[in-house]
Amino acid sequence: MRLFIEQLLNGIAMGSIYALITLGLALVYGVMRILHVAHAAVYTIGAYAGLFIFQATGSLILAFLGAMIVCAFLGVVIERFLYFPLMKYPPFVPLIGSIAVMLCIEEVCRLVAGPYILTFPAKLPFPDVYLGGIQISSTLLAVYSITAIVLLLLWYITTRTELGLAMRAASQDISISDAMGINSHLIVSITFVIGSAVAAVAGILVGIYYNQVYPTMGTVPAYKTLALIVVGGLGSVPGAVIASLLLGVAETLLIGYANIPLPRDALAFIAMIGVLMWRSEGLLGSSR
Amino acid sequence: VAFRGIAGLIAVRRETLSSYAITIGTFIVIQAIAVCGLNVIVGFAGQISLGHAAFFGIGAYTAAILTTKAGLSFWMALPLVIAIGGLIGFLLGLPSIRVREDFLAITTIGINFIVEAVFRYVPFFGGALGIGGIPRIVLFDMRLKGISFFLLCLGFLVLVVLLCWWLKRCWAILACFAVRDEESAASTMGISPVRFKLLAFVIGTSIAALAGSLYAHYMQFISAGDFSFPVSVGLLSMLVLGGMGTIWGPLVGTLILGVLPEVFRPLVDYRIFFYTFLLLLMIRFQPGGLLGEESVVRRVFAPLLKRGKP
Repeated sequence: MRLFIEQLLNGIAMGSIYALITLGLALVYGVMRILHVAHAAVYTIGAYAGLFIFQATGSLILAFLGAMIVCAFLGVVIERFLYFPLMKYPPFVPLIGSIAVMLCIEEVCRLVAGPYILTFPAKLPFPDVYLGGIQISSTLLAVYSITAIVLLLLWYITTRTELGLAMRAASQDISISDAMGINSHLIVSITFVIGSAVAAVAGILVGIYYNQVYPTMGTVPAYKTLALIVVGGLGSVPGAVIASLLLGVAETLLIGYANIPLPRDALAFIAMIGVLMWRSEGLLGSSR
Repeated sequence: VAFRGIAGLIAVRRETLSSYAITIGTFIVIQAIAVCGLNVIVGFAGQISLGHAAFFGIGAYTAAILTTKAGLSFWMALPLVIAIGGLIGFLLGLPSIRVREDFLAITTIGINFIVEAVFRYVPFFGGALGIGGIPRIVLFDMRLKGISFFLLCLGFLVLVVLLCWWLKRCWAILACFAVRDEESAASTMGISPVRFKLLAFVIGTSIAALAGSLYAHYMQFISAGDFSFPVSVGLLSMLVLGGMGTIWGPLVGTLILGVLPEVFRPLVDYRIFFYTFLLLLMIRFQPGGLLGEESVVRRVFAPLLKRGKP
């Protein structure tokens, strides 16, 4: 039982991290209808930027802020120079471009920082908590609280502010929201800023959680998060978050208990195909 | 004696160099066959597939199992391989084709990951060790290797290109083009989009299975990693670079992306970076590919072609 709860807690942490990455992808898909594979590369850059700033200054807060700024900038650059000019082509053209950007950034990371695994020896300023004999380590607690804060903030922005209203309008129909006097290109850029900054947070958290930062750390999340946004319903942010949490828990429990012959990374896609058969618009998607 | 030694050394060097060139050439031709199959799916029917390596792998594994475990010869196994490749393409295509474009991209990625996982973890497929000891192809009592195998692959490539050329002209693909460009309009004209998409999918995956079979017999050893997702990305990049929906595009794209890593070899560490960067520039500025409509090559050569015609 105790083991089960510990596994569950780890699973929720895993799911929270997935949620932070998937969120940006769902936001971007919402406004641009582009499968932003390169988002995982932005997340890798976030982890590296965070690590380097932490090594230089020793301050985690600066590391978070700096990485968020770097990633936000990178996200906007990708949007302005790649996706926006390719909007008029069929959707797989920007998708291939996105994959190319991701491979390119991976290579840059490998060339600049070296192909080896770097450690991220930071200690997050959270206490270890004991609940009925079960220890929740400070890292787990940090992952939970930071995810919760980010989600609350995002929920507030999208539902309670004018910016959020404009974002929702742009995600429904970009040309009509343009006609209504919304500068939708600016809104798209802001969406990239938010999504990429959140990816930076995820990158640093993963770096600390596993104590590893390496060039190809984004490869598996890149494709797994695609499956997650399908399961959640393309473009639905709450759906993506729920799907991520479920997957994190399911992966950890299945690895811990059932001795399935398939690797954990295929699980997301099997779940996705199951969901597509049963409810093709995803968990919380609307049939558009 | 020293002179003779040097002459011998040069001869050996030339021998290895040419066999190196033949190896690269054979790989390029096998990949070109697979890319032609992908072109039928993506270029002709407009269905994005990011899981083509899975079907390439299904062909390779089917050929390997039929020749090593069932003891068939390459030629006996080939029709079976193509049929099984097409059948699995049909079964996997059935659910995939019905979903919308973006879903299709992700579904095919998923198929690739799942198929690779099955190869890697099911003991019947050799598990992590893969399958070895695949026999060489025997033709007219001759074991094909080196240049003769290259020529055999080239022969298959010519057949596939002819098939594509014929497909492009015949009515079925005309219907596919209609489906690609305007799905709802095509369906009001009485063309069932699902049927033609599925037809294109089956043809494309059968061609991939053929390429996979050649690959298995050339390598004589295959493992799950040979058919992973990055291979699919590579195949699609070749198609995009050459120009989707054209006959020569797949060949040009495969040739360029196949030779480029060898040209970039002196760059050592920066090789993959330049490779991906070039792909990025290509998709950014020439999304139609080198031979696609409105491409630079077309624009430069169009006046010449027109002048040639009376």
